[in-house]
Amino acid sequence: MGKQIITLTVNGEKHEVAAEPRELLVHTLRETLKLTGPHVGCETSHCGACTVDIDGKSVKSCTMFAAQADGAEITTIEGIATPDGMHVLQEMFREHHGLQCGFCTPGMITRAYRLLQENPNPTEEEVRFGIAGNLCRCTGYQNIVKAILAAAAELNASKEAAQ
Amino acid sequence: MYNFEFEKPATIADAVAALGAEDAQALGGGQTLLPTMKQRLAMPTKLVSLSGIGEMQGVCSNNDGSLSIGGATTHATVAAEAAAQYPALADLASHIGDPAVRNRGTIGGSLANNDPAACYPAAALGSGATIVTNAREIAADDYFQGLFTTALEEGEIITGVRFPVPEAANYQKFLQPASRFALVGVFVAKFADGVRVAVTGASEDGVFRWSEAEQALSASFSPEAVNGLQVDPANMMGDIHGTKEYRAHLIGVLTKRAVAAAS
Ligand SMILES: Cc1cc2nc3c(=O)[nH]c(=O)nc-3n(C[C@H](O)[C@H](O)[C@H](O)COP(=O)(O)OP(=O)(O)OC[C@H]3O[C@@H](n4cnc5c(N)ncnc54)[C@H](O)[C@@H]3O)c2cc1C
Ligand code: FES
Ligand code: FES
Repeated sequence: MGKQIITLTVNGEKHEVAAEPRELLVHTLRETLKLTGPHVGCETSHCGACTVDIDGKSVKSCTMFAAQADGAEITTIEGIATPDGMHVLQEMFREHHGLQCGFCTPGMITRAYRLLQENPNPTEEEVRFGIAGNLCRCTGYQNIVKAILAAAAELNASKEAAQ
Repeated sequence: MYNFEFEKPATIADAVAALGAEDAQALGGGQTLLPTMKQRLAMPTKLVSLSGIGEMQGVCSNNDGSLSIGGATTHATVAAEAAAQYPALADLASHIGDPAVRNRGTIGGSLANNDPAACYPAAALGSGATIVTNAREIAADDYFQGLFTTALEEGEIITGVRFPVPEAANYQKFLQPASRFALVGVFVAKFADGVRVAVTGASEDGVFRWSEAEQALSASFSPEAVNGLQVDPANMMGDIHGTKEYRAHLIGVLTKRAVAAAS
């Protein structure tokens, strides 16, 4: 029941960490790796503030043991910005006021980041369905949805321009 | 949460052996078990993760036209891989919880847990599915035995589920928006030899078949066939989200909608 060594590749960097089997992934990320982007909101798998990307899928890191993520590739909000600056989603959340207190934002953007890869051209309804696991107590979602749709349009336009 | 040992075997045989230890418990996607352990309602001394067992993953068609789903297959995978052969089942899977829950939660975990408001029990009972374990095969009609209670023995693992594919089927879920579970859900499946109707979220005894509606719909598969039929509210669940009468009423409404959507 002691600590086990697990390997996590987080935002492109490989780490070996020691964790008890009962340690939740969100705590490993926040406390051992000092990545405090994933927030702990409810810790009961309802709010999505702890959402991270694991092997290309959105997951609530409060509802997974670190041991279950052994060997996985993880992206947190800290890994979403590019060396040139903010990710388009981050820009659009700023431009469209997609946040107020900001508590839900890391999870919201990490989820939206995956959503736009699953569905690069979503309708408003698909955006709302796609972020159903991420709760926001401040914005009323209106501007979050706007920001995600604007980011999708922007990403598609730059893809077209590149072709 | 109390600490425990963690094992991740690669075969069913190794998982069964690991589950032989006292107070060992299977871990599927953890979407139910982790919250339960956080509340110390479950205190296993050992968790045996089933997610590394290749033979329990994925969806495949059988020669007789039925569909087999590995017990450790996630809801998201069922939503994607069952869509061509059994659209009603894939659609049900695609509306469980939210995307993150669907990426982790598994069909075996859902059926083992048998939450009275869960979706898969309605699909399994409504389709007349067979629950396949490491030890035997159990007909859905014998498998569900009341709230959070099933025919599974201690340490028995759901390795897969076999679904006969109906001619037409549909699942209607009346969403409880806070939990994202079903306030009431109705699964209707039309086979050559008759119609099955399974209801979740409503009864104090968990998922059940609405036999009166089955008879009426087997005679005439139309929403009107359900007119005048009423489930007795006495055995329904009543809570702040809906009274017994409201749930009983919803069963009729959702059954009609399911028939309309399926036909
Ligand atoms: C926010 C939220 C919303 C949800 N919404 C819905 C919903 O709308 N509809 C719905 O149906 N469900 C819903 N769920 C539940 C979800 O579907 C769970 O994934 C499911 O109930 C349990 O599956 P799991 O793989 O996570 O099992 P776990 O949590 O890992 O395990 C649950 C139980 O099953 C046992 N077990 C696991 N796998 C097996 C197996 N193969 N054989 C035998 N025993 C096994 C475990 O020992 C444990 O007792 C929701 C959950 C959350 C957190
Ligand atoms: S903290 Fe993980 S879902 Fe709320
Ligand atoms: S901005 Fe405050 S919770 Fe979303």
